[in-house]
Amino acid sequence: MISVEHLSKYYGNFLAVDNISFEIEEGHVYGFLGPNGAGKSTTMNIMTGCLSATSGHVRIDGFDIFEDPDKAKRQIGYLPEHPPLYMNDTPMEYLRFVGEAKGLHREELDRQIEEVVQKTGIYGVRNRRISNLSKGYRQRVGIAQALLGNPKVIILDEPTVGLDPLQIIEIRDLIKELGQSHTVIFSSHILSEVQAICDQILMISKGKLVAFDTPANLEKKLLAPNETRLTTDAAPDELRHILAKVPSISQLTVEENSGKWTVAHISTDRSDIYELSRAIYLAFAASDKVILEMTLKKGTLEDVFIELTESSTAQKPAGQKEA
Amino acid sequence: MAAVFKHELRMYFQSLTAYVFGAFLLVIVGIGAMLYNLQAAVSNFEYVLSFSSIIYAVIVPILTMRVISEERRQKTDQLLYSLPVSTYQVIMGKYLALLVVFVIPLAIICTYPLIFAQFGDVYLATSYGSLFAFFLMGAALIAVGVFISSLSENQGFAAGIGVAVIVLNYFSVTLSEYVSATALGFALALFVLAAAVGFLIHYLTRNDNLSYGVGLGLMAVVVIAYFMDSSMFEGLLPEIMTTLSLFERLDVFVNGVFDMTAVVYYLSVAVFFLFLSVQSLEKRRYN
Repeated sequence: MISVEHLSKYYGNFLAVDNISFEIEEGHVYGFLGPNGAGKSTTMNIMTGCLSATSGHVRIDGFDIFEDPDKAKRQIGYLPEHPPLYMNDTPMEYLRFVGEAKGLHREELDRQIEEVVQKTGIYGVRNRRISNLSKGYRQRVGIAQALLGNPKVIILDEPTVGLDPLQIIEIRDLIKELGQSHTVIFSSHILSEVQAICDQILMISKGKLVAFDTPANLEKKLLAPNETRLTTDAAPDELRHILAKVPSISQLTVEENSGKWTVAHISTDRSDIYELSRAIYLAFAASDKVILEMTLKKGTLEDVFIELTESSTAQKPAGQKEA
Repeated sequence: MAAVFKHELRMYFQSLTAYVFGAFLLVIVGIGAMLYNLQAAVSNFEYVLSFSSIIYAVIVPILTMRVISEERRQKTDQLLYSLPVSTYQVIMGKYLALLVVFVIPLAIICTYPLIFAQFGDVYLATSYGSLFAFFLMGAALIAVGVFISSLSENQGFAAGIGVAVIVLNYFSVTLSEYVSATALGFALALFVLAAAVGFLIHYLTRNDNLSYGVGLGLMAVVVIAYFMDSSMFEGLLPEIMTTLSLFERLDVFVNGVFDMTAVVYYLSVAVFFLFLSVQSLEKRRYN
């Protein structure tokens, strides 16, 4: 559907996008994830033809965005970071303008405007001036604009930034809904958001694509659970004594000792963490002490994100598909 | 293009812009017609147009200041870039909408000579010839205004520069005659102008090689030409200014000559600045 090949962009001497390649298939929700200034918006601007690339190609459904912009742009609906709205228009006037610019006429135009107005839930405000609308509604009008012309791909740049929690949930639901009929690409620097909505995640850091995989795979791949947090009524010395019988503990650190409870971290080099839990449990049972709480620390996407973005100089993007 | 045209036109008539522009134009032409045609009982309507032309310095910047700078301020230029509409179509749509706003008051003014003709002898040919030139000059100035608006996202800046450019163009011939009338004086003035062109190119393109090349090249040409044959500089500056001035050419029509070179010149200026506006918008994609 979209293929990006060796895309680079310099702003003067600053390298904003560094040789990014990926392939986007039809009918999924893709999340662009990265810290602020990672190059998300730049990449999206290039993909939609708003910005030139220093080198590389972007093809939308086979049409090059630079050489065949007219055909390529008809496949895309784009909502930039700042919704590009004419403040003096009403949503209806605005959508009519965008629809006409996308080459829609008469009945088809009316039908599609009707449809996107319903879909984005702006029917109630359709005849009010955009300057009087709240931020959430403005964002919706921006999304409605992107939906006109029934493009195959919807690209949304940070659609939930600056909205209140309720509006964020509404916009997320809308994105999920859109994902059923369109290919949706949206960017965010909020992890939970991307995790909740996306089928595939593209992580970008310092202009490089550092990961491209499903959220589940990314978690699995990067952090196998190998740490256990334990709260017990045994004193630290007793604890050490009990655990001495458990094999394959690589490290034991006592974190807190209130006199009554002891909290400890146990690391292992063993891959099967449940085997370790079982051994620990049996050891405690044998020594007549009680495990009050035991948590397995699982790798979260957050850890993956921090790990990847902090060591983004790593040569091989994890799980990147060959473009 | 039609979508941009319709959208722009609606915006002008929803805001005050179109009405302020039209009102100013009608008021100044009305005052001119009162003074010349009614009070002084002169039957030449073209004098009114010559008198009124300075109003362009005020109303053209009012009309054009927001045309592109506002798009940049509101970030709606991103929408225009992402729509399947070329930059050329965007500029043409906007320009045609501006021309419509301009032509409406002008159509009203077109009835004045006919009305006056009911009460005496009016040289209709000269009147309408001058009106035509008046329209072309306005169209050329609007194209200049569109370009100036594309340089900044600040409307005030666009308006200020617009007024300055048009006023300077209006007085350029008079001013150039005040420059020391010797060959050296004109050569110096041209030297400074060459440097100014260099700075302007630098401001627009941020390209050091190009701007220094053009600026220093032109300055060198002036110096070399001066030492080779200083006599060619005598009277050169006013001549250049007369050639470049849009307002001077209107007076040719007012004097009763339908000057085809002026028509071509007005059209070239309009096309040239619209072309620059397209480039200016395109440049934003290549920063």
